[in-house]
Amino acid sequence: MKIMAVCGAGLGSSFMMEMNIKKVLKNLNISANVEHSDLGSVTPDAADVFVMGRDIAYSTNLPESKLIVVNSIIDIKELEAKISDYFQKK
Amino acid sequence: MSALSTWLNESHIQYVNAVDDWQAALVARPLLNDGTITADYVANIIKQRQAVCPYFVIAPRIAMPHARPEEGANKLGLSLLKLRDSVSFGSQENDPVDVIVMFAAPDKNSHVELISTLAEFLSDDNVMDKVFKAQSQPELSKIVNDFN
Repeated sequence: MKIMAVCGAGLGSSFMMEMNIKKVLKNLNISANVEHSDLGSVTPDAADVFVMGRDIAYSTNLPESKLIVVNSIIDIKELEAKISDYFQKK
Repeated sequence: MSALSTWLNESHIQYVNAVDDWQAALVARPLLNDGTITADYVANIIKQRQAVCPYFVIAPRIAMPHARPEEGANKLGLSLLKLRDSVSFGSQENDPVDVIVMFAAPDKNSHVELISTLAEFLSDDNVMDKVFKAQSQPELSKIVNDFN
């Protein structure tokens, strides 16, 4: 399982999200690879699931089934709820 | 992990009553003044915002504008601007914004520690509550200095 945090520039907000996702996975006791990337260079096969802010999700062409969209990239609680949801549905 | 004040010293924290628009809120004087970023860096952020979306409005009330290292970042740097009157960035979910944290990184690796410290800061509800309520530069400086 590979999770990709995505933002516009690929080094600031996505990196922050990567760290928060790792924290959340630890809490949920899920093991997965987490990386970060910029929107421009990300391809649908780069990961199993992509996490990004809502603003950016509007302009992506990644399949919707592979997206986890968050309102706040720094809200650990929101991130945890959405990631836990995703893994339960799988 | 280093204290946030390593990067966010007194001169990099600002409190401003109001700005004309979101572009004006990006003019991060501290980073321009000390040569951390070039004027191009700010121009690139504005360009990206117009081409893609306000992706750097990362949470309700908070913007973290940044561009890529090659777009005008000379060294590692961070600045914090708190507005008394919030401004719209055109973000559907998170407008209006009154806390603007600008950062610059000269490459893809040197900002690991800065970003992880900043993530701790921004993800701490109690701390951010104080930042939102702050009404002066000294108040903001104290919040940053107290955060370790």
